[in-house]
Amino acid sequence: MAAALLLSVLAPGGARAAGSEPADPFAALAATNFDLVAQGVQALAVSGNRRAAAVIDALRDGKLYAWKWPRPDAPLYIRADQGFVDARSGEPSAAPPSPVNLRRIIVNDSVRAAIERAEAALGLFAAERAPRRKAAEALFQSGDPAALPLIERALASEKDPGVARVLREARAVALLKSGSTEIAARIAAVHEVAARADLAARNTLASLQGQPPPVAAAIQGAIRDIDQRLQLWGLLENLYYGVSLGAVLLLAAAGLAITFGVMGVINMAHGEMVMIGAYTTFVVQHLVTAVAPALEPVGLIFAVPAAFVAAGLIGVLIERSLIRFLYGRPLETLLATWGLSLILQQAVRSIFGPTNQDVTSPAWMSGYLELGGLTLTINRLWIILFAALVLGALMATLRWGGFGRNIRAVMQNRRMAAAMGIRTPWIDALTFGLGSGIAGIAGVALSQIDNVSPNLGQNYIVDSFIVVVVGGVGNLWGTLLGAMILGVVDKFVEPFFGAVLAKILVLVLLILFIQRRPQGLFPPKGRAAEA
Amino acid sequence: MSSEGFTIDRRRLGLLGLGLAAAATGVGGASGVLPEIVSRAKAATAPETGPIKVGILHSLSGTMAISESPLKDVMLMLIEEQNKKGGVMGRKLEAVVVDPASNWPLFAEKAKQLLSVDKVAAVFGCWTSVSRKSVLPVFEQLNGILLYPVQYEGQECSRNVFYTGAAPNQQAIPAVDYLMNQAAVTRWVLEGTDYVYPRTTNKILEAYLKAKGVAPADIMINYTPFGYSDWQAEVAKIKAFGSAGKKTAVVSTINGDANVPFYKELGNQGIKATDIPVVAFSVGEQELAGIDTKPLLGHLAAWNYFQSVDTPLNKEVVAAFKAFAKDDKRVFNDPMEAHYIGFNMWVKAVEKAGSTDHDAVIDAMVGVSHPNLSGDYATMMPNHHLSKPVLIGEVQGNGMFNVVSQTPGLVVAQPWSPYLPESKNLIGDWLPPMSCGNYDVVAGKCLGNKKA
Repeated sequence: MAAALLLSVLAPGGARAAGSEPADPFAALAATNFDLVAQGVQALAVSGNRRAAAVIDALRDGKLYAWKWPRPDAPLYIRADQGFVDARSGEPSAAPPSPVNLRRIIVNDSVRAAIERAEAALGLFAAERAPRRKAAEALFQSGDPAALPLIERALASEKDPGVARVLREARAVALLKSGSTEIAARIAAVHEVAARADLAARNTLASLQGQPPPVAAAIQGAIRDIDQRLQLWGLLENLYYGVSLGAVLLLAAAGLAITFGVMGVINMAHGEMVMIGAYTTFVVQHLVTAVAPALEPVGLIFAVPAAFVAAGLIGVLIERSLIRFLYGRPLETLLATWGLSLILQQAVRSIFGPTNQDVTSPAWMSGYLELGGLTLTINRLWIILFAALVLGALMATLRWGGFGRNIRAVMQNRRMAAAMGIRTPWIDALTFGLGSGIAGIAGVALSQIDNVSPNLGQNYIVDSFIVVVVGGVGNLWGTLLGAMILGVVDKFVEPFFGAVLAKILVLVLLILFIQRRPQGLFPPKGRAAEA
Repeated sequence: MSSEGFTIDRRRLGLLGLGLAAAATGVGGASGVLPEIVSRAKAATAPETGPIKVGILHSLSGTMAISESPLKDVMLMLIEEQNKKGGVMGRKLEAVVVDPASNWPLFAEKAKQLLSVDKVAAVFGCWTSVSRKSVLPVFEQLNGILLYPVQYEGQECSRNVFYTGAAPNQQAIPAVDYLMNQAAVTRWVLEGTDYVYPRTTNKILEAYLKAKGVAPADIMINYTPFGYSDWQAEVAKIKAFGSAGKKTAVVSTINGDANVPFYKELGNQGIKATDIPVVAFSVGEQELAGIDTKPLLGHLAAWNYFQSVDTPLNKEVVAAFKAFAKDDKRVFNDPMEAHYIGFNMWVKAVEKAGSTDHDAVIDAMVGVSHPNLSGDYATMMPNHHLSKPVLIGEVQGNGMFNVVSQTPGLVVAQPWSPYLPESKNLIGDWLPPMSCGNYDVVAGKCLGNKKA
């Protein structure tokens, strides 16, 4: 495979590093200390041995075996379909070992990192850009001086400016870690690395030990600069975290803004509607995988209408069978819906079991984007977008559709609306269903960032009420603003006081706010206020 | 904060007990003061004929149901198997299952019911330290027997409790040693959920790391609330802390539900196990069952048992459990192994004592041994803790652990941490002549009920 080509490239540097002793490059793999094994992998990768790639692959796949007790000749075997193969020669071993005497060589994190670095370097001369970039990053991370000739070769042929820049940075790190004595070149290398101005550069610079004084001073200065820059980006990053938390709160609270805000029903089972939405996501994802595996990556999209319908129907059912008998009796509603929330939780626990359910995140929702010094996690970006869409759709429904007009009419003047021929009980049921359906949709989003467990809803119910109350009951713009303010304040307080105190502090601020403005940010005006 | 709360609770419960006793004597009349008190103390004694009742005190509903309900299943299996073998001393075993519903005060109520109404011979139960602290005064007052199967923070050693899970030196300390020696970690994040177990464990770990020469600037301690799910800022903080040019690791005492969003966020921010490994003390097979393990790959957990351990006995027990549960996907984890060992030890102790009398069984338990599923023999020590092997495993794609390190021998529990000034002189030894859970070896006296 391509490994042979790379290893022949790596060979000169490796041979020089190894010195004159013709040591067995495989022996270290049989060590019982993970660090020794990791070093062995690195040494083997640059040894130029033709069996290196096959042995490293076997190690990664857990097929490499060593003798159970230390032996000076450190025999190594690769498990094949039939028996064992001698690792050094690749031939079936002359004296087949008994499996009793063998132990599988275990790979831990440090060994896996060494394997990854060795394999990433294979991509350095790939035709596509992505593996070359990954290989360059891997070389930057390892900063192995033995790789210098390899980096030079790659740089000579590299056309892509982005990859070339990373390669230059990798060369700078390798130079700084090598024994070279030219101070000027070293200081230039420090600046080269510092220009990245990210955490990886800071980490690499801080890890450099035993540099000559002028270089050490340059490193200190570079680290200070990076820290300053990162502090500025940190503010933006906090803002992003705040907005994304705000988006989650908004999603959770949007449905409540309808049932509690518009209808005035204190629905303690609102969180369970969110939970039902999350479980619907789980069921839909499994159905999609079972019926049409090709659609698996977009299974989540199907879950959105399904969750809306499932939670909405349950909402209508609850309204018809329970809530409609309790209008105008807030205390009874509160107790009844609280009891209902416990029933729903235990029902889900009985049907699906108490353990968390497996909702996978599609590939297009994982990972992160780098924007300057900013790390934006992609799943949060989607959730912010999704929250905006849901809020927009909800507002449009209430404003323009016939159904929305009916809702507003009933809420503003029930008797007049009834006189105009609107069937108010049905509008009540459908409004409650709409609020519950929106909660279900929130469940689809939350299934991506939280556990799908029977307790999911409980974590959001209090926050949802807070958002609606802060925003001003009955106003979706208020809900939006309330959610964002809560999210951003929380995330700006958290770095200073820790997550636990931040939560307490936000609640204290909230009490003060409600004391000053009991009506929330956007108090209802006009006749609705007196009603 | 919480431990103070418990002191008050305990005192209040004690007062309640006294009040009840006084009421009882009041009814009984002045002549029977002493016998009445004695009979109250004996109230929990199990009957000597008929089936032997065994209490199972695990939450079957509420937040903790995810972790605790499998423990009930494993107990039912063990009791059924024992009955097939003819029971204990020719008497059948009968399980009394109660559901404390993840509600800590309810644990105490249910424990009282098991001991004084059902008169069970032993109780297998509790998971969180809060629930254990809640039932402790009940077991001490009614002289019951509790077998507690979960790793915990130590700093406790009651005569009425047998701790079959790990003490900190049987889990947390070896895990830190592994990272220090095998992964060359020099910078530490101690990340935990805000309650008794993480706070105490982190206090011990901080003292231990400092004793090992780690500078205070290289230790960061963070706490988050129960069920925390918005890990963005916390993970960014860990990432920044880990960019000081030193190998960094996270020691996680994050509790159950908050774990998955934590690992997801690590994955989303591009932190791999090879960059900053996380070693967890509360993530086991049960917690991994049915979740997307991709973000957790390569992260570590420290336990005394993993389902993947390759011993014939382990395979046999795991297969028996799957058959009992009639579900091939069920998993077996460390606390379940602890119940397996604890139950068999209790059976041996009852047979040794020739009775289910609580005092006789408590004395007979010490010195009993039973095979660990991970090999070797666990022995009940005079401090009511077990000797255990310590295993470090890495999470694999199938939700199982790949064992990367195992202590060469068994580790004897130190319930009182030698790294904390307030407990460094204490030992527990329930064998006569000492018979004390918190003996101060320097002062040469038993602290008794006074809090250490």
